[in-house]
Amino acid sequence: MQNQEKKSNKKILSALLIVAIVIVAIGAYYYSTNAPSTSNTMTSETMNQLITLNGAGATFPFPLISKMSSEYNAANPTIQINYQSIGSGGGIRQFMVKTVDFAASDAPLSDAQYANVTGTSSLHIPFTIGGVVPTYNLPNIASGVRFTGPILADIFMGKITKWNDPQLAAINPSVTLPDKDIIVVHRSDGSGTTFVWTNYLSNVSPDWKQNVGKSTSVNWPVGLGGKGNEGVAGIVTQNPYALGYNEFAYATINKISFGAVQNAAGNFVTPSLESFTAAVQASSTALPNGDSNWSRVSIIDSLSTNTSASDAYPVTSFSYILIYKELNVLPGMDLARARALVNFLWWAVHAGQNYAPPLEYVPLPSSVVTLDEATIKSITFNGQTVFQG
Amino acid sequence: MQTFHRKRVEMKNLSAQPHFSLKATERSLMTRITADKIFKIFTAAMASSILLILVAMVFELYNQSKLSIDAFGFSFLWGTVWDPAITQVFGALPLIYGTIVTSLLALLFGVPLSLGTAIVLSELSPQRLKSPVSFIVELLAAIPSVIFGLWGIFTLAPFLRDNVYPALQAALGFLPIFQGPIYGLGVLTGGIVLAIMIIPTVSAVSRDVLAAVPDSQREAALALGATKWEATMTVMSYGRSGIIGSIILGLGRAVGETMAITMVIGNRFDTFTSLFEPGYTMAALIANEFTEATTDLYLSAIIEVGLILFLVAMAINVLARFIVWRSLRMVRGAVLE
Amino acid sequence: MSSSHSHLRKMKENILLGLCVVALIITMVPLFSILISIFVNGGNVIDLAFLTELPKAVGETGGGIANAIQGTLILVALASFIALPVGMIAGIYLSEYKSSRLAWVIRFFSDVLTEFPSIVIGIFAYTVIVLYIRSFAAFAGAVALAIIMIPIVTRTTEEAVRLVPNGLREAGIALGVTRWKTIVRIVVPAGRSGIVTGVMLSVARAAGETAPLLLTAFNSFYGFSGLLKPIASMSMYIFIFSISPFPDWRAKAWGAALILMLMILALSVVVRSVTHGRYPARV
Repeated sequence: MQNQEKKSNKKILSALLIVAIVIVAIGAYYYSTNAPSTSNTMTSETMNQLITLNGAGATFPFPLISKMSSEYNAANPTIQINYQSIGSGGGIRQFMVKTVDFAASDAPLSDAQYANVTGTSSLHIPFTIGGVVPTYNLPNIASGVRFTGPILADIFMGKITKWNDPQLAAINPSVTLPDKDIIVVHRSDGSGTTFVWTNYLSNVSPDWKQNVGKSTSVNWPVGLGGKGNEGVAGIVTQNPYALGYNEFAYATINKISFGAVQNAAGNFVTPSLESFTAAVQASSTALPNGDSNWSRVSIIDSLSTNTSASDAYPVTSFSYILIYKELNVLPGMDLARARALVNFLWWAVHAGQNYAPPLEYVPLPSSVVTLDEATIKSITFNGQTVFQG
Repeated sequence: MQTFHRKRVEMKNLSAQPHFSLKATERSLMTRITADKIFKIFTAAMASSILLILVAMVFELYNQSKLSIDAFGFSFLWGTVWDPAITQVFGALPLIYGTIVTSLLALLFGVPLSLGTAIVLSELSPQRLKSPVSFIVELLAAIPSVIFGLWGIFTLAPFLRDNVYPALQAALGFLPIFQGPIYGLGVLTGGIVLAIMIIPTVSAVSRDVLAAVPDSQREAALALGATKWEATMTVMSYGRSGIIGSIILGLGRAVGETMAITMVIGNRFDTFTSLFEPGYTMAALIANEFTEATTDLYLSAIIEVGLILFLVAMAINVLARFIVWRSLRMVRGAVLE
Repeated sequence: MSSSHSHLRKMKENILLGLCVVALIITMVPLFSILISIFVNGGNVIDLAFLTELPKAVGETGGGIANAIQGTLILVALASFIALPVGMIAGIYLSEYKSSRLAWVIRFFSDVLTEFPSIVIGIFAYTVIVLYIRSFAAFAGAVALAIIMIPIVTRTTEEAVRLVPNGLREAGIALGVTRWKTIVRIVVPAGRSGIVTGVMLSVARAAGETAPLLLTAFNSFYGFSGLLKPIASMSMYIFIFSISPFPDWRAKAWGAALILMLMILALSVVVRSVTHGRYPARV
């Protein structure tokens, strides 16, 4: 028994030793590949200092932010932008309780939320534009399905339940829709994409507006709930005859079928970079200052009455970065981090926009870039302007 | 303590004589007793931290739920509206309903499998097989919940959706619980995953209970002419309260399960009728909506759901542990603690 | 009459016993299905890059989960740092002073805590730490994991120490060693293999937990950047990747699951081979 004890002790010790070695090895490898290089172009105060900035929020722009962060980090190895897509609702919440450095949301702050920011101002920085599209999974029908606004509203309210419903069939003469139940998929979390989608449905269906409404989180009459754009797209891909709504990038990256939607001019517009751009150009929303209340800003609202914008995709929206004007309200913030954050934002609305088109996001029009520049320049730390130019 | 003082007095009286060693003994006796006392208090304090954590949890949960409790009172328990958007009205009935239904499904499928496994392991299998087989069952317990969810999404749900549910609907579709569209993800799938997850708990504790039944019971039954099965049933009825305790333990596990359920249940706030529909449980709602609650009342309502879950899990686990403890004590005839 | 009756009983017995065996087999099916799925799907994904690189932007292929592996190890190590001393000392108390009523109460509630909903523990850690320092933090995640680990370590330590034969205790006292030294120097080392079992079990449990980390450690696509900052972990990656629509991420979810399962399997096998089933290898 003594020898057995000794043997098992040896086994335990060697196992623990191996684990410890593995830990040290991985840690060492990681730190060696991530050590700040001396050949970057940062100013002396940020050289050799690893800065991690934390953001959270919308899943809508996540593919673009993910790409931007990775490219920015490649060019500036000491700066890591750690963005978690938890939904616009989550982003706004974490922004309000100041547990993140910046948030992203497709829904602007509501009147109540805007009023709740005290001590400093909240800044909205529109940094990209995208479209929310109906995504579906129909075996043998890869594309070409068309929807109108009222029909979409009825489907999501549970009034239209089958793919071959007469109303759907009527506007899809060239497609044979199957005699199957529509599996509706929506968001289970607080979502700016939902805000955009329900904004559109509220405009086209008085019934929807009255009973369900426009918000980041609504009482869905029917359907399965998915977490984030990722969750909805995931459920749609896994379930034949499903119908959900997603930001366009999720459909294209994952090769999910998406439908065309009828706009105010009566045309069935297929989502694309061009139709989103047409939407932005046709919407004549004059944007407020960065530190103002943005709750009325909506490309969808301005399009809903524009009967002459023939190529505009009706469910197009800004996505915003939310940030505080005076950054010292954030715990753990210092001048170096503030600079890093502001530089990233400046880059994002300039060079970063180059990464938008390949991912089917619309680059910002120059008028919006000019507005954003002014907003970014107004960011301060301890009263001092952060941006150095 | 009094003996100690008396001894000190005695020793003082003896100190007239040159007994150096006695003084040394007296000193070391004091330090020995104090050191032992300090050790006891120290270890007791560490152990008490467990109670402290529990108390702190209840306190913090209640504190953070106050906003919601003040707003809705008891009607929160039977409210059916969860509207964070327009009216900011919250109610937990569909969550409680979903938790109950999925847990009952878990018991329905899991308990027979667990008891069968426990019987095999304790009564039927030869000594050599017991160890490896029980190791495999324990392995099931070691699999993290999120991996169950992963397997549920990609393997189990599509399998059920394509092969099992349509047959179920064809055969029993006249029952309202098997009607409606088949999603794959939904309440029934959630119940099945939970069933698999509680098997290790229920079977292990049941096996312990059965193993603790004295052999005299088995031998007596066999001597009276019972078949192996009938003898087994006798043993089971002898340990029945322990087995009931193990079932309630399994219920406690099912109620608190979060990740696997969130990934397969469909996440829909609704009092469903069909088992093919998506549903929601208390734990799944918290996991999905916690970091995204946009208003203080919303967050408070979610934490109140957490408080309800805490109390429910507490009640079930306390009941279960108590029953198991009492049963093992009776059966073994020895004090377990 | 009696022979046909006994035939019936025999048949009934065989059917019912057979059903029990069937139950056992059915129980095995999901286990094997899960393990096979993980090994097959995960095996396709794992290569050196997977283990050593950071994740790439979505939509791009390549990259890995090195930071998640690092994160899980750090979280578990930190949680162990808190939980092991507390749990072991608590277990010693419960074993050596088992007759006190306080011990009974603590033991009872410690058992209750072992299978508690971990999401509730996550809420607690969020309100106490994250809200207080206003940042998602690796430290908060570690504390939540520690709370989950403590009852397991306590219970297994208690049972291991209690199994040490009383003769050792009596011998110590007889030799004039103080009670506390007897416990610390003689009794506890005698029960060390059982204690180590408990440590490994709790580590395996903590490594797989996700729900509490959702609310505390949050997540990161980079490596460790400080105890008061978010951190990646394998269990979070499995969750996030598996519910995503990106095919590359979904494949990686299996890979992460494989690595996590290998860790847990390794710990379970070592535990089993060391204890030969002597100590309860589950709580």
